[in-house]
Amino acid sequence: MKTKAFQKVYTQIENVTKATCTVQAEGVANDEMAQVDGRPAQVVKIMGDKVTLQIFPGTQGIATNAEVVFLGKPPTIKVSDELKGRFFNAYGQPIDGGPEVEGEEIEIGGPSVNPVRRKQPSEIIATGIAGIDLNNTLVTGQKIPFFADADQPFNAVMADVALRAKADLIILGGMGMSNDDYLYYKTLFDNAGALDRITAFVNTTDNPPVERLLVPDMCLTTAEHFAVKQNMKVLVLLTDMTLFADALSIVSNRMDQIPSKDSMPGSLYSDLARIYEKASQFPEGGSITIIAVTTLSGGDITHAIPDNTGYITEGQLYLRRDTDVSKVIIDPFRSLSRLKQLVIGKKTRKDHPQVMNAAIRLFSDAAGAKTKLENGFDLTDYDRRSLQFAKEYSRELLAIDVNVEIESMLDTAWRLFGKYFTQDEVGIKKELMDQFWKASAS
Amino acid sequence: MSTKGKVTGIVANLVTIEVDGPVAQNEICYIDLKGTKLMAEVIKITGKNAYVQVFESTRGLYVGCTAEFTGHMLEVTLGPGMLSKNYDGLQSDLDAMDGVFLKRGDYPPAIDVDKKWKFTPLAKVGAAVSGSDWLGNVKEGWIDHKIMVPFGFTGNYTVKSIVSEGEYAVKDTVAVLTDADGSDREVSMMMKWPVKVEVKGYRSKPRPFKIMQTGVRTIDTLNPITEGGTGFIPGPFGCGKTVLQHALSKYAEADLIIVVACGERANEVVEIFTEFPELDDPRTGRKLIERMIIICNTSNMPVAAREASVYTGMTIAEYYRMMGLRVMLLADSTSRWAQALREMSNRMEELPGPDAFPMDLPAVIANFYSRAGFVYLNNEQSGSITFIGTVSPAGGNLKEPVTESTKKAARCFFALSQNRADSKRYPAVDPIDSYSKYLEYAEVVEYLDKTIEPGWVNKVTELKDMLLRGKEARDQINILGDDSVPLEYHIIFNKAEIIDFVILQQDAFDKVDANSPLNRQQYTANKVLSICEAKFNFDNFEQIGIYFKKIINLMRQMNYLEFKSGEFNELEQQLDSLLAERIVSETLAQTANA
Repeated sequence: MKTKAFQKVYTQIENVTKATCTVQAEGVANDEMAQVDGRPAQVVKIMGDKVTLQIFPGTQGIATNAEVVFLGKPPTIKVSDELKGRFFNAYGQPIDGGPEVEGEEIEIGGPSVNPVRRKQPSEIIATGIAGIDLNNTLVTGQKIPFFADADQPFNAVMADVALRAKADLIILGGMGMSNDDYLYYKTLFDNAGALDRITAFVNTTDNPPVERLLVPDMCLTTAEHFAVKQNMKVLVLLTDMTLFADALSIVSNRMDQIPSKDSMPGSLYSDLARIYEKASQFPEGGSITIIAVTTLSGGDITHAIPDNTGYITEGQLYLRRDTDVSKVIIDPFRSLSRLKQLVIGKKTRKDHPQVMNAAIRLFSDAAGAKTKLENGFDLTDYDRRSLQFAKEYSRELLAIDVNVEIESMLDTAWRLFGKYFTQDEVGIKKELMDQFWKASAS
Repeated sequence: MSTKGKVTGIVANLVTIEVDGPVAQNEICYIDLKGTKLMAEVIKITGKNAYVQVFESTRGLYVGCTAEFTGHMLEVTLGPGMLSKNYDGLQSDLDAMDGVFLKRGDYPPAIDVDKKWKFTPLAKVGAAVSGSDWLGNVKEGWIDHKIMVPFGFTGNYTVKSIVSEGEYAVKDTVAVLTDADGSDREVSMMMKWPVKVEVKGYRSKPRPFKIMQTGVRTIDTLNPITEGGTGFIPGPFGCGKTVLQHALSKYAEADLIIVVACGERANEVVEIFTEFPELDDPRTGRKLIERMIIICNTSNMPVAAREASVYTGMTIAEYYRMMGLRVMLLADSTSRWAQALREMSNRMEELPGPDAFPMDLPAVIANFYSRAGFVYLNNEQSGSITFIGTVSPAGGNLKEPVTESTKKAARCFFALSQNRADSKRYPAVDPIDSYSKYLEYAEVVEYLDKTIEPGWVNKVTELKDMLLRGKEARDQINILGDDSVPLEYHIIFNKAEIIDFVILQQDAFDKVDANSPLNRQQYTANKVLSICEAKFNFDNFEQIGIYFKKIINLMRQMNYLEFKSGEFNELEQQLDSLLAERIVSETLAQTANA
């Protein structure tokens, strides 16, 4: 890397750890980017004339006389329409063999949106998957993760959602993504003919883990550009946020910070919130929606990463294998979309909220009946009917391979209610019962 | 001459400044970053070095930046014009900021000091006054906003002059007071007060005794909170904490609601911004937003300002309490505030307490909760701050430090249960784990006897007992099976289900059901109790389930209808005839005696 006239160059490294080095330097700004022996680094601490730098690729082979060049700016990205259809690494450098992108250079990880300037999200993101559209409706400007075990098909579901959602731009942020998954997404987007509305920033497993820390900001700064400047509906996919958090803990550990729960840094909540809160509905019509993946270890949601995530995101989606129908379903009990109240029954048919709740309650009764059955107790007639209902409900509505319109999901639910239950058992407001019950029973 | 300094070190938002004069703990300073002034607070002093937490991002800050100290702690500006405002944690007016994104160093004033208000004097020339005594009255929306002797005025004063009724700007002098030594001090309609210091100009702070109607049945009927009481809502995410808080801010019988969105989701605040201006306030006939102040420091806004936000909210609440108003303060979530404390403690390399929280966390929380309360003012009027905080326990574990510390400080505990949330039984407040210590207060029992009906607390206990017996019956049924337990178990279980479905569960999104006034709650509770006390006759357990499902369905439909409306009365008749089919005796005791 050639140094330019205004850049400061130092060669007095005093201290090297696994991830950082400390150099004597002056006039250096907090968060500023630098090159240490050609490797990208960022200022994380300044004490008098001692500047500590975090070296993203690691410090192997860094000598005390290595050249440290301060770039005089925080991490940036060049944004323009040229970003579309391209794949980049965590620094925003092309990895698809294409040319460097030219455009306006902006700082990543910029300021937050003034909360009074946000608009209330109100536009449905239809996915065709009833487990989402019917029970956990997604809305533009929302942020929601899949809480999934590593063996579950979350990448496939997320890709389905991305391609079916009518987004103007899809930004994929891959953190610690296996090369196979990277190629899966690339091929899938290519085959769907969607490449022109995709931008990806990918840190694969063969890249240094600390680099991942830049990926969400790269994605979201790009998203902000298109959502604010061009009023686009931008969908950001972040996978896997657990690996992002792991990188945070590596850095904090090497900076000698006192770990809190599960060896995570005490600032984990703020660190994650800073990313997820970039999801927003902007006043001029643009929006950023974030769908993320947080992998769990053994389904444990009390671990600090899913736990803090759950408090930040607007709901969470769980996948589960339903052995009764041999399909992967969106778990209706634990999944939740907090913003669905803004659209269901308002943007969708008015019976939507009550149908949704009634169906889940009946499904829950079936789960109770199943426990009874497993414990060897006799089933009541109601138990037997709810079990039959549960199977059909699971197959026709909860399974992830469903792809229908919301109205037809509601009609299916009414048909199943009428087939297995009496009106009292379904317990829906009388006014709706009068309107929809007959229609489905006939 | 104010103290100045130079930046010598930076770690995230913890900055070291070498100072050239005296500095005080918690003093505010402004760091100059190429013309942008960043506000910061002193949190530690060692020799010439002051450690400050910056209320903004420190990106781009460098060694050698200059800083100027202000000589005072973090303060809020108090005066007419705060109602319906949206502030950030430092009381900057969010609506007065330009652009979609927040800008560093942008601190628009909290109130418009040039705005004119119609001032009516209350104090007479020659009157003896002291700090917090009322000097005049200003109509701020529908609230009688009292202009008070500034809280910082210690000792006794005499009113030397006071302006006559008329329009005055907030900054204009409205009175001149003479102190004991004969020197004069001018008083305008505004004052400043440090947020971390309690406003204490009241006469006494008795135990709270009045029930505050919130419209939420599971709270008012089973675990009521008092005017000036404290409560907290812990719960794992997805249990409806926020929906419950919104319900409280919409329907609670308070004169003024202050919502502190502390480190929570921005879209939740947007919901308040968007929906509350549309909502009518049934008591004032105005819009709900006209009796609200929102302090909004969402999770992506700077961490240090998050800590300040709860104090800013409490201090504004105290200001209005001194006017004789009933203030409700809601903070969502106090865990985020505790986490902000943890982040700073960590950066200062303090020895950590449990879960890496600072050692003094329990004291900090207890101290904050103690600022709420019911007070008698010097002029015999009363005012109150009812405080409800939410806690977001890590991993849903109620044994973590923030929940434990809060449990010691708050008097009401509204436990949200994951199981109830999973089965969509909202609000998911667990009736058995939750408690209200106020039900043990003799003065509260007396108040309820007078205002609802004699012996009310006994009825509440009866409902709770029934719920507990229902839970036991359900466990027995699950263990032994439907047909291996006496029919009575099924009846008890189903009676408890009626309490659950008809009293505990409430549809926060239904126009009618969302808000249940006390007289309606009294009716519902009595109706449900009469069913619980009755003896029923059944041949087999299948009948029981079907029959009680019908009752529950009818009573739920009633909850959706206007109280005592035609349709409501019709359903009530249906319910009564349905009950007559199976009830063999109005009380269990009578048959036992017979």
